[in-house]
Amino acid sequence: MRQPSWKLALVVGVWVFAILALLPNLLSREALDRLPGFLPRNQIVLGLDLQGGSHLLLEVEAKAVVRDRLEQLVSEVRAALRPAQIGYRGLGVQGEAVVLTLTDPSRLDQALGELAKLNPLLPAAGFGAGTVRELVITGEGDGRIRLELSERAREERIGAAVSQSLEVVRRRIDELGTREASIQRQGSDRILVQVPGERNPEAIKRLLGKTARLTFHMVAMEVDPAEVRAGRGPAGVMLVESAERSGPREWVLYRQVELSGESLVDAQATFQNNEPVVSFRFDSQGARKFARITQDNVGKLFAIVLDGKVISAPRIREPILGGSGIISGSFTTESANELAVLLRAGALPAPLTVIEERSVGPDLGADSIRAGTIAVIVASLLVVSYMILYYGIFGVFANVALVLNVVMILDLMTLLGATLTLPGIAGIVLTIGQAVDSNVLIYERIREEARAGRTPLAAIDAGFGEATRTIVDANLTTLIAAAALFQFGSGPVKGFAVTLAFGILTNMFTAVTFTRVMVELWYRRTRPAAIPL
Amino acid sequence: MWRPRLVPDGTRIPFFRYRWIAFVWSFVVLALTAGLIATVGLNLGIDFKGGILLEVRTPGPADLAGMRATLGGLQFGDVALQDAGSERDVLIRVALPEGGPDAQRQAIERIKAALDQAIGAGMEYRRAEFVGPRVSRELFIGGIWAVVISLLGVLVYLWFRFEWQYGIGAVASLLHDVSAAVGLYALAQIEFNLTSLAALLTIVGYSLNDTVVIYDRVRENLRKFKAMPIEELLDRSINETLARTLSTSLTTLLALVALFAIGGEVIRGFTIVMIWGLFVGTYSTIYIATPVLYYLNIRRSAEPQASAATRPG
Repeated sequence: MRQPSWKLALVVGVWVFAILALLPNLLSREALDRLPGFLPRNQIVLGLDLQGGSHLLLEVEAKAVVRDRLEQLVSEVRAALRPAQIGYRGLGVQGEAVVLTLTDPSRLDQALGELAKLNPLLPAAGFGAGTVRELVITGEGDGRIRLELSERAREERIGAAVSQSLEVVRRRIDELGTREASIQRQGSDRILVQVPGERNPEAIKRLLGKTARLTFHMVAMEVDPAEVRAGRGPAGVMLVESAERSGPREWVLYRQVELSGESLVDAQATFQNNEPVVSFRFDSQGARKFARITQDNVGKLFAIVLDGKVISAPRIREPILGGSGIISGSFTTESANELAVLLRAGALPAPLTVIEERSVGPDLGADSIRAGTIAVIVASLLVVSYMILYYGIFGVFANVALVLNVVMILDLMTLLGATLTLPGIAGIVLTIGQAVDSNVLIYERIREEARAGRTPLAAIDAGFGEATRTIVDANLTTLIAAAALFQFGSGPVKGFAVTLAFGILTNMFTAVTFTRVMVELWYRRTRPAAIPL
Repeated sequence: MWRPRLVPDGTRIPFFRYRWIAFVWSFVVLALTAGLIATVGLNLGIDFKGGILLEVRTPGPADLAGMRATLGGLQFGDVALQDAGSERDVLIRVALPEGGPDAQRQAIERIKAALDQAIGAGMEYRRAEFVGPRVSRELFIGGIWAVVISLLGVLVYLWFRFEWQYGIGAVASLLHDVSAAVGLYALAQIEFNLTSLAALLTIVGYSLNDTVVIYDRVRENLRKFKAMPIEELLDRSINETLARTLSTSLTTLLALVALFAIGGEVIRGFTIVMIWGLFVGTYSTIYIATPVLYYLNIRRSAEPQASAATRPG
């Protein structure tokens, strides 16, 4: 055996470091900020199930993104074929494609030539990736033409929509003044929103559930809605439902978008004649356009459409040159506020659907922490007593290692910023039960070697040596299970895998290295004739 | 100083002789599991089935019948209420409402509104979960993958570190443990959710630990006692590690009992299954993992290796 003083230093050093790394967890955040810079200041991150909060998994509706592009494509096709005077019928979106049939099938090649101009090359995805066009256009002998998005165009569009949604979601949640929300992209078309401490997830869901696409249209006052409903209306108008309970149920609007929410720079909830309203202001370009529209259309109705519904259609009484206006409607103070927030944060490129929600109130979280802490303490006490009863002084060594083991799991969690969840606490309790396994293996082996007639020193050496191999094999196989759990599990279960895996790693260290040093130090001091095992 | 001993030194229990009884027992357990899953099925939680779960605390003692009537009025289909630890705490499970994402998104809000109206002020919503159909399917498939991948990982690891027979033996015993644990879920109709998955994989981890310890001893003894009949050698290995097996099982059991008693309602189902898994895992190491080595002729393939790898001591 080597120098005991060196080993003693190691034992003390490990403890000092282990405790130091944990200390920031005992301090408040303010106290942490006052610490000198060289001290560690990481704290354990509590999962939402422990600190309370909401976890929302949102999915960007990919279909809507594609449909939007296809609808746009319909008007492009119309514009492309008109100058060439190519006749067609049945132009429209069908499933995930734009279809049309030429009245004169013999002009198919000419039509395809015109449509090819609509089809730009997409920028290369990477070196040697080859060039891809946005559309796949197929024509058949009977004059039928199909335009579809190519696989890559589709992916890029959805990807862009998700990135943009991510940005809008972030702005909307920031507007709520919620602190420390985490907003992450997940997979190809999902967004994970985690908001700690939120008592009312419904407000967030309402806020994220709206696309908030705002457009301004002129009302086609001269057209009878019944005509449009019967499909006999003129081209370029559409029938839009009203969001109001009073007044007409439907409006006929020109399809042409005069202005949209993108031109807004500000929106605020205020009061007008004691009614809650939303005031808004356009950017300079929007303001110029707004001024021109209001100048040209005095006396006409100007519809404000939000997510496919007319929220109000005021009459233009006079030109509005200042670039600001007011949306009135049957708002409550709350809904006016919500709309203002939505308008400030901007529109989502596609609707978001909540596909998973998990919300925990802060009280339940606190209860869980309390129950978990008590479970850890009781489990430790039971195991500690058992070990002392069964293995005497060696049990004490195992217990010191056990406590160090728990401290080190928490250290790793603290330093690596891993999240502690309720199942994670269960993982720690389980580790307590199993941490002593390594010590048990070693001690039983030492007993065996001693009974086989070895001297105490040789028995200790052989015991640690032989048992270490077993411990490493057994723990590594368990680690494989923990890794699989981490990889494929989700949410709280991941937290369980984390503490289990950390427990296995620290356990190998404490049992094999740390206990050995303690046993050797003890042996040097006492030089027993027989091992008290 | 007197100290208790779980196992006297130098036991010679002829485990191997009783293997037939164990085989019959294992067969019965597995057949029961298969039968239960085919007939009663698992009580899938919302993680794997989709649906809504609310945990509420009522201002006074909860009136379950009244709440059931209130929620029944919403016409959401399946509504299940369950006592969640105290007389004021109630778990509400509701099947996914029909009618697309919008209806689903508003469902929690509608339930809360209905309860607020029926019970009045003071309702506390402690937990609300909603899992959509696609997510639940993904979680289920992810869960199956987690189990399969971990078993494959074990198989490969043991193949490299030991011999292929050990890999097969360990995986066979793990399959037994997983089935027996799933059987308990079906029998007691304990909710099977993401936490249950963690329980299954922990049982896998625990049982594996146990198996590897005995395998390690078998490997060692194969090198030491070249002429010993394999049955005797396997028995000897189990007996030599018996003290450790029981000691570790006991400490793990102590920790689990602590979790069971005070860990709270949320992880109670988890701990019951873990306690069962602890017994099953210990049993399967002795009566599945070890006999497999016998039937796969472990000695023949161990011999050339053993002579090459003999070490002093």
